[in-house]
Amino acid sequence: MEVREGTAPPTETIARKTLLAKVRYFGRAQYKSQLSQIPLLGWLWGALMAMVIEQAVGYPLARALGLPGIPGLFGLRIMLTKPALIPSAAAYVLLVYVLPTLVVARLSAPLANRVAKQLLDRFPLWVSLIVHLGLFYATMHLWGDINAYRMLFLSFIMISIILTLSLNLVNGYMGEFSCSHPGFMALGAYGASILTVLLFVNDDVFGAPLLPPALGPFLFPLALIGGGLLAAVGALVVAIPSFRTRGDYLAIISLAFMFIVKSLIENLEIFGGPRGFMNQPKWANLPTMFVWMAICLWMIYNFTRSTIGKAMCAVRDDEIAAGAMTVNTRRTKMVTFLFAAFWAGVAGGLFAHVIGYINPGTFGVYKLSEVLAMVYLGGLNSIVGSITGAVGLQLLMEVLRPLQLFKWIVIPILLIVLMIRRPTGLIAFTEINIKDLLQPRRP
Amino acid sequence: MTLATFFQHVLNALQLGSFYALIALGYSMVYGVLMLFNFAHGDIFMVGAYIGFFVSSGLVAFASLGIIALPNWLILVLTILLAMFLTSFVGMLVERVGYRPLRGSLRASAAITGLMIGIVLETGNLALLGARRRKFPILIETQSYQLGPVTVTNTKIMIVFLSLLLTLALHQFVRRTKWGMAMRAMAYDFVVVPLMGVPLNTIAALTFGLGSALAAAAGIFFGIAYPILNPYMGILIGWKAFVAAILGGRGSILGAALAGFLLGFIEIFVAAIFPSTLRDVIAYSIILLILTFRPHGFFGEPYSARLRL
Repeated sequence: MEVREGTAPPTETIARKTLLAKVRYFGRAQYKSQLSQIPLLGWLWGALMAMVIEQAVGYPLARALGLPGIPGLFGLRIMLTKPALIPSAAAYVLLVYVLPTLVVARLSAPLANRVAKQLLDRFPLWVSLIVHLGLFYATMHLWGDINAYRMLFLSFIMISIILTLSLNLVNGYMGEFSCSHPGFMALGAYGASILTVLLFVNDDVFGAPLLPPALGPFLFPLALIGGGLLAAVGALVVAIPSFRTRGDYLAIISLAFMFIVKSLIENLEIFGGPRGFMNQPKWANLPTMFVWMAICLWMIYNFTRSTIGKAMCAVRDDEIAAGAMTVNTRRTKMVTFLFAAFWAGVAGGLFAHVIGYINPGTFGVYKLSEVLAMVYLGGLNSIVGSITGAVGLQLLMEVLRPLQLFKWIVIPILLIVLMIRRPTGLIAFTEINIKDLLQPRRP
Repeated sequence: MTLATFFQHVLNALQLGSFYALIALGYSMVYGVLMLFNFAHGDIFMVGAYIGFFVSSGLVAFASLGIIALPNWLILVLTILLAMFLTSFVGMLVERVGYRPLRGSLRASAAITGLMIGIVLETGNLALLGARRRKFPILIETQSYQLGPVTVTNTKIMIVFLSLLLTLALHQFVRRTKWGMAMRAMAYDFVVVPLMGVPLNTIAALTFGLGSALAAAAGIFFGIAYPILNPYMGILIGWKAFVAAILGGRGSILGAALAGFLLGFIEIFVAAIFPSTLRDVIAYSIILLILTFRPHGFFGEPYSARLRL
């Protein structure tokens, strides 16, 4: 896969390689001297500058190019609604995003390389990581700040990432097939909402707030954790019967659990029943979401590399052998499942506080299809894969929105073709080495 | 609950259970033979109901031309047979498109393609035929008989009777014919058995085709009992039948049918005793309990090391 530096491989080997390798090959051959010396830090810095430029001149430029406003998703949505505007949108993307990023990244490359090197040499890895994440967040925030649509889009992407990752723990790393994630999400959403509404909001049903509402945003993480714990307790109901043996029982029991949760919530009149539960304060703003997503990524990444994470992979590959090697298989599976359910619950809590309204119908079979599609599209056993899957499917759903009904024909067909071409998903069983990613690039 | 209402509920439960049973048979066969979840099966049920609708409407229109005298019962029989025949090809198509290319890779991937094919079938139906609900033509006038205090309708009797007949026919097919033997052999080991000259692809297609034919029968019966069709009718009933199929035990035809009827009984009686909104909670809790103590279902083998995702 890796093309050796300096020597160009013969063309017939390239023809057999994947698209990614081809792109990589041409990228190296043509622009090697220019672009390969920009470290990740430089790219992020360039992107940040591009967003600053968009903030400053985006709207007038878009008007000048004949666009109705700043294109929502890099002009991708305009492609299907107003095809005549494609050249303008492309010009906008080129002028505002691509060119500034490239120019700034290239110009700042020497400085960025030095900074990246210093960060890695002088400080522990996490300092460098936090600097990168901070830059990434700033870029994202400036991009999302343009309009509410982008903000909501980013929020949904981050919720999907948490959800996909946590399901990947069960379906990918552990090799079971769980269908109950919408149920856990519902438990987390309702649990967190009840806490926040009961404690901080003057609600018709729950009465006056028990605590001063000013404290709310600070105690909001506790509410989310409460929701996550509720989901984990719910997961116990699934885990106890289904992890006594291996097999497809989890699929059935978790499916039954999902229906039970949905139906139970529909019957609880105090929480609105089928009409839904509203009045949640919209505290899940972009920084909160980003921090939670980062914590989730960090914890799940560490979980998969921990002893229990390795035990989990051993259980997936051969449960009997793992048991013979003193892995407590049942405990491993239970812990993993509860951990995954916790994060699904947190995702649900965030979801409730983004929209400010939830109803049990949201957490049904369609949500299940969506999450499963994200996991298997992105790739099993891979954090990068899960992120790819979540972002990819959300982006696809937004871009194809103008197709309306036909969206739900095009997307499944795309997914079927993809599953047949790559049955384990786009990026499966691989992980990006973070340290390599943050390294300075030498020319 | 008086005895009369009890028997009334039993009758209703038998009717509801026969839908579940017929759909569960398709899930159970695919699961038994190929060890795959066919998540598109609920939507094949929907497609079957629509095919039944078009066939019967066409036959009714043809009969009204007056060229050949077609009595209503003959239309019904022809509808059932034709729709089963046509829907079996839908099932084989699903197998060819979504399952055959993925044979040998992760089982979960095939489950995802099944799920996606289901969505395509639903949305395709909605896009092709519009959101208007279709009314299934009434082929048999519903006649009520009073058996003491219990009201029995001829359609209910017919649905339950035909469902049991189809279940038994399938059971006999699997037990007695060469094809059935091949299916059972495949269920036993689908790695070695193809080496013995049993055509894996043909058997897989047959399994899907048979299951889909039964789903089509269930669809027509559903159309007779509740004559409104919509593109999303297959989702909920399909997932419930899936639960029933697993409850019956892997690859057990009679087990799946039994679990389907049991699910019907649980749902009807829960709705009769408790408020009907609690139906799903209690029904699934009972299933959860049963699976806790009998995780491999009624007639399944306890644990197989071959079960891998």
